[in-house]
Amino acid sequence: MLTLICVSLLWVPQVVLSAEVNILSERQEFLLRPFLDVFQEQTGIKANVVYLKKGSLERLKQQPGAVDALLTVDIANLTAIADAGLFQPINSSVINKNVPSKYRNPDGLWTALTARARVIYYSRERVKLNELSTYKALADAKFANRICTRSGYNKYNVALISSMIAEHGVAEAKKWLQGLKNNLARKPQGNDRGQVKAIYQGQCDVAIGNTYYMVKMLERDDQRPWAASVGIFFPNQNNRGTHMNVSGGAVTKSAVNKKEAVRLLEFLSGDLAQFMYAQVNHEYPVKSGVQYSGIVKSFGSGQEGVKKGVFKQDKRNLSEIGSYRKKAIQILDEVNYDK
Amino acid sequence: MSSSLKISGSWNIFTLALVTLFALPIISLIITAGSGVENVWGHLLSTVMPGYLENTFWLMLGVGSGTLLLGVSSGWLISMTEFPGRRVMEWALLLPLAFPGYIIAMVYVELLEYSGPVQSQLRLWFGWKNFQDYWFPPIASVGGAITLLSLVLYPYVYLLARTAFLQQPAALLEAGRMLGKSVRNSFLNIALPLARPAIVIGVSLAMMETLADFGTMQLFAVQTFTTGIYHTWFGTYNAPAAAQLSLSLLLFFCAFIFLERYSRRQQRFHTKNNILNVHPRYPLSGIRALTAITFCLLPVIFGFALPAGLLVQWAVESWRYVLLDRFFSDAGNSLLLACLTAFLGVFLGILLAYGTRLSKRRRVHWAARLVSLGYAFPGPVVALGVLLPFAWFDRTIDAWLQRTVGISSGYLLSGTIFILVFAYLVRFLALAFGAAESGFERITPQMEDASRSLGKNNLQTLKRVHVPLLRGSMLAAGLLVFVDVMKELPATLMLQPFNFSTLATRAYSYATEELLKEASLWCLMIVAVGLFPVLYLNRQLRETSPLHYKEI
Repeated sequence: MLTLICVSLLWVPQVVLSAEVNILSERQEFLLRPFLDVFQEQTGIKANVVYLKKGSLERLKQQPGAVDALLTVDIANLTAIADAGLFQPINSSVINKNVPSKYRNPDGLWTALTARARVIYYSRERVKLNELSTYKALADAKFANRICTRSGYNKYNVALISSMIAEHGVAEAKKWLQGLKNNLARKPQGNDRGQVKAIYQGQCDVAIGNTYYMVKMLERDDQRPWAASVGIFFPNQNNRGTHMNVSGGAVTKSAVNKKEAVRLLEFLSGDLAQFMYAQVNHEYPVKSGVQYSGIVKSFGSGQEGVKKGVFKQDKRNLSEIGSYRKKAIQILDEVNYDK
Repeated sequence: MSSSLKISGSWNIFTLALVTLFALPIISLIITAGSGVENVWGHLLSTVMPGYLENTFWLMLGVGSGTLLLGVSSGWLISMTEFPGRRVMEWALLLPLAFPGYIIAMVYVELLEYSGPVQSQLRLWFGWKNFQDYWFPPIASVGGAITLLSLVLYPYVYLLARTAFLQQPAALLEAGRMLGKSVRNSFLNIALPLARPAIVIGVSLAMMETLADFGTMQLFAVQTFTTGIYHTWFGTYNAPAAAQLSLSLLLFFCAFIFLERYSRRQQRFHTKNNILNVHPRYPLSGIRALTAITFCLLPVIFGFALPAGLLVQWAVESWRYVLLDRFFSDAGNSLLLACLTAFLGVFLGILLAYGTRLSKRRRVHWAARLVSLGYAFPGPVVALGVLLPFAWFDRTIDAWLQRTVGISSGYLLSGTIFILVFAYLVRFLALAFGAAESGFERITPQMEDASRSLGKNNLQTLKRVHVPLLRGSMLAAGLLVFVDVMKELPATLMLQPFNFSTLATRAYSYATEELLKEASLWCLMIVAVGLFPVLYLNRQLRETSPLHYKEI
C-alpha cells in the first residue's frame, strides 16, 4: 500500500507556475549548477535538469518533448545526435554574434560553448622542449617506452584519432596509432590526472591530455607537485595547429520550451557565462574578447610561437572530425590499442 | 482434485504473465538487434573480440573459484564450527557486500598503482629508481580484477551457503559422524553436496555480476565482452549491434545454467525434518581456531576495513569542497529506491518461485529461469531494454489522452522512478528468485500435500506454511536486492528522472571529473547505508535459525 502511495505521489502532474526549461546535461552538476543559478536569477526561468553520461541519444529519441536543451561534451557526440535528426536550428542572432562560425554547426543545429585543447604533457625534468613537435612525432622511435595515455576509446582520444584521419587519411592514421601503441610505457589506463601523476612518478615522460585538469591539480595541495613537474606543450604549431574539442549545446527537435532553451544557450554564450567558464573551470571560452584565466595564460610558456597562452588552433571543421568517429574506433580495434 | 488442478492452471498463467512482463526488455532487445543493418561481427572477431573473450573466460573462472573458496569455507566455519570470535565474524563477513565493485576498485587502484603510496614507499625504502628495478603485481590486470571482485562478491556465496548449511538436517551429519567420517569427510560428502543448489546460485550471481560489469573493469584496464558492447554502442552509436552482442552474452549464460541444472537433474535436496534441527558445532581450538580466525578476518580486512578506512580519510580531507546540501536528498532517493525494489523483489521472487514449484510444466520452469538472466545484462542494456517499451507505452497513452480529452500525461512510466524500479527488478529479481527457489528446494512437497489435505488452497498454503519457513531466505533476498540497488550505477545514470540524483550517481559525478576524494563522502554513505540492512539481516537470520524454531 505504502508503495502505491509513494509511486502515485510521483505521478501527480506538476503544475507549471512559471517559465521553465528542461535540460539534459552530460556535464556534471557541480560544474553546471553555478551557471544555472545565475541564469535562473537573471531570467526567472526555472531549470530542470537530468544529468546523464551515456545514452542521451536513446533518451531523446524515445521521449520526444521531455527535453528542451541538451548540454554535452565532445564533438562526435554532438555530430551523432545531430545526424540522428534530434536537434532543430537554433536561429539566434545573439549566439551567431557570440560564437565564431567555426564553433557552430553549419546548419545551426548546435553551438560550442567552450573549447578544450588536446595537448602533450611532458616531464619538465626528462624531456627537452625541442624533442616535441607534433602528434605524429609521438610515434617516433625516440619515444619508445616513454608515453602514457588513457584508454584509446576515451572520447577525447577518439576525437584526436579522428582528426588524424582527417589530416592524414585512414591508412596513415592507423600506422601512427600502431606506432604510438608501440611507444607506450604501460597499458592504457587511468584518467588525465593519472597520466600527470605517472609522469611525476617517472613511469613515463610524455602523455596526452586536456588542459583544465592541470589547473585543478595546481589548485590542490596534494596534487600540486604532480602538476608542477609537468609542462604543457601545444603540438603542431608549425602546421595545422593543436586539435580542439568542444563542449556544446543544442535545442531538441521536439522542444516544448524552445524559447527558453534558446535563452539558455544565449546566456551560456554570453559575456558573464563565458567569463565563468574561463575563470572558474579554466576552459577556453569561445566568445572572442573573453580573457583566459591566469594559469591558462601561462600554459606553453617557453614554447616558440605561444604567447600568453594563445596558441595556434586546428581550424578544421569540427563536424568533419566528428564524422570520422566510427573509423577511429575501427582502427583502435584493429591495432588493439587498449590491450 | 479438479479444483486443485484449476488453481494450478491459474498459477501457471500468473507465472507466465509475470515472466512475460520481465521478458519485455529481452523482447525489445531482440527487436533492436533485428533492426541492425551493419554486420560488426566479422570486424570484432578479427580484431579485439578474441582478447575480450579470453579475459572474460579467466575472469569468470577466477571470480567463480575465488568466491566459491571464500564463501563456502567461511560459511562452513561460521555455521558448523565454534571458535573464539565466531559470532563477530558471522556478521563481519557480510560487510564487503556493502562495497560497490567500482568503489573498491577505485580505492585499490589509487593505493597500489605505480604512483600510489604503497609502491612509492617501497621505492623509497629499497632505493629502487623506476619500474625496471623491481616487480610488483600490476593492479590494473585480470589478476587484480579477480582478486578484488572475489573480495566483494564472496558474501553472496557465504550468505546462501551459510543458510543452507544451517538448515541441513543435523541427523545426516550425525549419521556421517557415527559412520566414522572425519569432519572434512562429512563436509565434502554430505554437507557440500546438500548445499549445492544454494552455492551454485551464489557463485553464478557473482559470475553474472562480473560478466555485466564495465566500470570496475575499466578501472582495472581489463577489456571483457561487455567492453565490446560498450564500445560498439557508445563509441560507434550502433545500438542494434550492441543488442546483438548482449543477446549472445545471454545465450552463453543460458547454456551455462542449463549445464549446471542438467548435471544435477536426478538429485533432490529437500529433507523432511528441517524444523527441529539442532546442530552440534565442531569446537576448534589452538592452531585450528587461529587459522579459522585468520581465514575469516582476511576478506573482511581487505574487502571492507582497509578501503573503508581510506574512504574515511579522504572524506575528512574533502567534505568542504562538495555540494553537501544535496547529501540528504541523495540518501533519501537511494533509500526509497532500494526499499521499494527490495520489497517488490521479495514479493515477486516468492510468487515466481512458488508458481514454478506448483507447475508441472517444463515450459513454466524454463520461462521462470529467463527472468534470472537479467542479472547477466550490463546495466545500460537493461536500461535500453526497459526504456523502449515503457516510452512507447507512455507515448501511446499520451497521444490517446491528447486526442480524446486534450490533456498531456507526459512520460508516466518512463519519466518517473517507476522505470528505475522496474529496471532494478529486471536486473535483480534473479537474487530474490534464486534465494526463494533455494529456500523452496529445502521444503519437502509433502508439506503441500498435508496442507492441501487439510483443505487449504495454494495461496493459503503459501501464506501459512511456506512463508514462515522461508523467512530466512526472504530476508536474505531482500537484503541482497536492497544493497544491490544502493550500489547500482549504469542503469540509474541512464534512466534517472529530472532533478533527481542518488548517492551512487553523485559519487560518480565526482569520480568522472577525476575528483576521487570528493566522491569519497558519497561512496562512504553508500557503504554505510548498506551496512544497516546487512547487520539487521544477520540478526534476523540468527533468530530464524533452527534453534529458534524449536521454541515456537
